[in-house]
Amino acid sequence: MKNQPIITTKNVNFYYGAFQALTDITMDFERNRVTALIGPSGCGKSTLLRLLNRMNDLIDQTRVEGEVLFEGRNIYEPDVDPVEIRKRIGMVFQKPNPFPKSIYNNITYAPRLAGIKSKESLDALVEDSLKQAVLWDEVKDILGRSAMTLSGGQQQRLCIARALAMKPDVLLMDEPTSALDPISTAKIEELVDELKESYTIIIVTHNMQQAARVSEYTGFFYLGKLIEFGLTEKIFTNPDIKQTEDYITGRFG
Amino acid sequence: MEELRHTSREYEKELQEIRDGLLYLGAKAEKALEMVMQALVGRDANLARQIISADDEIDRLDIDLEEKCIRILALRQPAAIDLRFITTAIKITGHLERIGDMVVNMAEKVIILNDFPQLKPYIDLPRMGEISREMIRNSLDAMVHQDAKLAVKVCEEDAVMDQLNEQIFRELVTFMLEDPVKIQVCLYIMQISKSLERIADHAEGIADMVVYMVTGRIIRHQSVQAKDT
Repeated sequence: MKNQPIITTKNVNFYYGAFQALTDITMDFERNRVTALIGPSGCGKSTLLRLLNRMNDLIDQTRVEGEVLFEGRNIYEPDVDPVEIRKRIGMVFQKPNPFPKSIYNNITYAPRLAGIKSKESLDALVEDSLKQAVLWDEVKDILGRSAMTLSGGQQQRLCIARALAMKPDVLLMDEPTSALDPISTAKIEELVDELKESYTIIIVTHNMQQAARVSEYTGFFYLGKLIEFGLTEKIFTNPDIKQTEDYITGRFG
Repeated sequence: MEELRHTSREYEKELQEIRDGLLYLGAKAEKALEMVMQALVGRDANLARQIISADDEIDRLDIDLEEKCIRILALRQPAAIDLRFITTAIKITGHLERIGDMVVNMAEKVIILNDFPQLKPYIDLPRMGEISREMIRNSLDAMVHQDAKLAVKVCEEDAVMDQLNEQIFRELVTFMLEDPVKIQVCLYIMQISKSLERIADHAEGIADMVVYMVTGRIIRHQSVQAKDT
């Protein structure tokens, strides 16, 4: 059954200076589903991901055309505060990037800025976020220790916990396991599966098997265009478009 | 349809080996069928014995192909057309191997039938032999050329084979009613007819899989699927 879309892009074009990185992207991201974006390097998938919470605002000489609707509202309207958008639409990056602070403070940094002061609330938030990121049992006795002492896989789960602490609706993941070993990767994938109960997840991945394993929907991008978008099962067993088939079967010149 | 090559040449080679292997196995099965029909019509027990001992090679080829397919599934994680090809190949090799077994059954009956006087000249059985050989050949051609239309045509041919089998059945029943002494011979011939009809079923099974490989649609058990939707 189809869920309501939480994010919709309508005829989105995106430019880095004179270079057009995305052309006419129209797609719905369903609520509480995992959508994977795949395609060769430079196809625009990460650009699109960053568009969805206005991360590209931070890059000079970029320009967006079209609409990105989050719960029906265009997030590129002038009166929309990108910081508010990023609270609702969190992001996890390719390389784990914890703050050089304690595990506890990594989680509480943003909530404190957002005005949560009471120790009980912050403690509860730390426990809750770390549990959701399936990291609690491993770090509950060392919350004061520097996040930099954790393993790569633990750091990445900490970054996910940090994103969850702001209670977002959507989690954007930009190749979240490409720097991790297979076991940590499996843990993150398992986590994605659990998180979709409460969150909408959009994941960019170079690992096609990962897209097949974790997502319900897959979009294939090539040269800035959305070539095919549909149920992951269909894309990986019987895609409609030859270019998609060539890419996922490894026939790509 | 023009196919791009895989970036991995080794993978490309592995898939080609399976394609070639299926054609080789198909040619073997078809040849065995041709020979057993010769042995039947020519009452040639020696030829029938040769066919029985040659079946070992068909079995070996079947195992070899299936192992190659499983290896690709494990090591290459094929997707889309490659996935559909490999799953199709596993089933096709099974069908071809079973065709080999049917031919062996027929060859055994040919040897026994030589101990009895000929009931009547064979007309419909050689026709069934021809049709089923053509079905095997066309189903494999359809696989090589990714031709779903040709595959559907093979499936339609199966009805002719069913009809011929029933016609032979009725004819043999008449013989048996006329003269109980002929019952034994009639039963052996009936088993040969049944084997040919089963061979056509396997050819249809191959063709079904080719339709799946090309279109992604599973067309077998249409009646069940109609109920589900």
